[in-house]
Amino acid sequence: MVEAAPLIRPEAGTAELAVRDLHGWYDESHVLHGINFDVRPGEVVTLLGRNGAGKTTTLKAIMGILSKRTGSVRFMGRELIGLPARAIARAGIAFCPEERGIFSSLSVEENLMLPPTIRDGGLSRDDVLGIFPNLRERLQSQGTKLSGGEQQMLAIGRILRTGAKFLLLDEPTEGLAPVIVQQIGATLRTLKQRGFTIVLVEQNFHFAASVADRHYVVEQGRVIDEISDAELAANTEKLHAYLGV
Amino acid sequence: MFELLGIPPQALFGQLLLGLINGSFYALLSLGLAVIFGLLNIINFAHGAQYMMGAFLAWMLMTYFGIGYWWALLLVPIAVGASGVVIERLMISRLYHLDHLYGLLLTFGLALIIQGLFRNQYGVSGLPYTIPAELSGGTNLGFMFLPNYRGWVVLASLVVCLGTWFTIEKTKLGAYLRAATENPTLVGAFGINVPRMITLTYGFGVGLAALAGVLAAPIYSVNPNMGADLIIVVFAVVVIGGMGSILGAIVTGFGLGIIEGLTRVFYPEGSAVVIFVIMALVLLVKPAGLFGRTV
Repeated sequence: MVEAAPLIRPEAGTAELAVRDLHGWYDESHVLHGINFDVRPGEVVTLLGRNGAGKTTTLKAIMGILSKRTGSVRFMGRELIGLPARAIARAGIAFCPEERGIFSSLSVEENLMLPPTIRDGGLSRDDVLGIFPNLRERLQSQGTKLSGGEQQMLAIGRILRTGAKFLLLDEPTEGLAPVIVQQIGATLRTLKQRGFTIVLVEQNFHFAASVADRHYVVEQGRVIDEISDAELAANTEKLHAYLGV
Repeated sequence: MFELLGIPPQALFGQLLLGLINGSFYALLSLGLAVIFGLLNIINFAHGAQYMMGAFLAWMLMTYFGIGYWWALLLVPIAVGASGVVIERLMISRLYHLDHLYGLLLTFGLALIIQGLFRNQYGVSGLPYTIPAELSGGTNLGFMFLPNYRGWVVLASLVVCLGTWFTIEKTKLGAYLRAATENPTLVGAFGINVPRMITLTYGFGVGLAALAGVLAAPIYSVNPNMGADLIIVVFAVVVIGGMGSILGAIVTGFGLGIIEGLTRVFYPEGSAVVIFVIMALVLLVKPAGLFGRTV
């Protein structure tokens, strides 16, 4: 297993990521209507909500993949709105898309080594393979020949190498068997111990509850509620109403 | 010596060699087109004109500055490639959000302009470019006489093609290129400067065309239409090999050159159309091309 790295953070206690009045558009369609939330260093925060609420779009807007966006996204004090995705990645945010984005023309090894190192302190290749041992035997396979769970591990594993300590994960458990979901949950807890900050988009509320410190509820392009993990039990019914489960 | 179906071996090997030479140019040119199409999704109709520019630039270096073949082989691809970089930055990059057809129209227009400028300046009669002294003469292989320069062209083309294939399929740089071909947005979100990669890729593809032009200068006469004549066949080669397939471009380029040569031996009347007949057949059976990814 991996050794726990010392948790050193600038501006501990203040928000690492502050999203204010974030609006976003797909072509002419206005999808985000003023998203507000904070993420503090070392936290795992989920964005919960129904399909089409704007959770994925929020991650894409933060990452700069959504080209038409307004408002403010401050990361470690630096304004990211207006920067291209590559500059946001270089600022230290790593993104794992919902569709996983494994490249079929690349081997597993090439997929793993693709994202460039943006700063020191990332996991080594062996660290990643220590966390996801299934990948080790498949390094020479074509990336998309992996099972869904292995592809998800590869998609998470490859961004851990870059040195970015702030991860945006879009539905990492979608469509996966329960045993794999558990393994990914354990991985996220390990990453939290190692000082990673994680914003997680989830439909699977039970999974979210097992890993996150706080939950933001997104509906129709706005954050409509915030629930800490401690308050979760008392708010189950309210949440079920939000999520329509 | 043996005789095959009543064909004297000298004629057979002679046409095989000619086919191999033509194949060398088909391969180099379709390789550049494939690299460009893979990443830019643009059919570079200016490719023939850029090949012609390569031959002309070699001729100009020699005629006006006394700079010989070997330096031209290095300098011309860089210079013409740089012109490609400028064209991509100033013009092609503005078209990516539009239908692919616009890129085709733009590069076709550029090709006409470039050819027109050279025709205006130098006419169409063709200018001579002498074979470098090191490669003049020939070698007797026993079964045939091989002009040294032609052997060199085949060898150089093979080395450049395989080098390009290796770089794209086996190196880290190539992994970036393949990944950006599949999903440029995600590659950008990893912190890689995809627009710059696209620009340099276009420059590289154009540089390959110019390199082919320098190699061609001592064999074919240097004239403004040399690219336009060749590029139609090269497009057929690209279609047969499969759009965007690197290995497909190389194998099909050499293969069709040889098939064309053999046709000239056994059925000379068909040699001008054989490639297009094969193209039609391949399109009927395998529309994505022999090596193409089915989309």
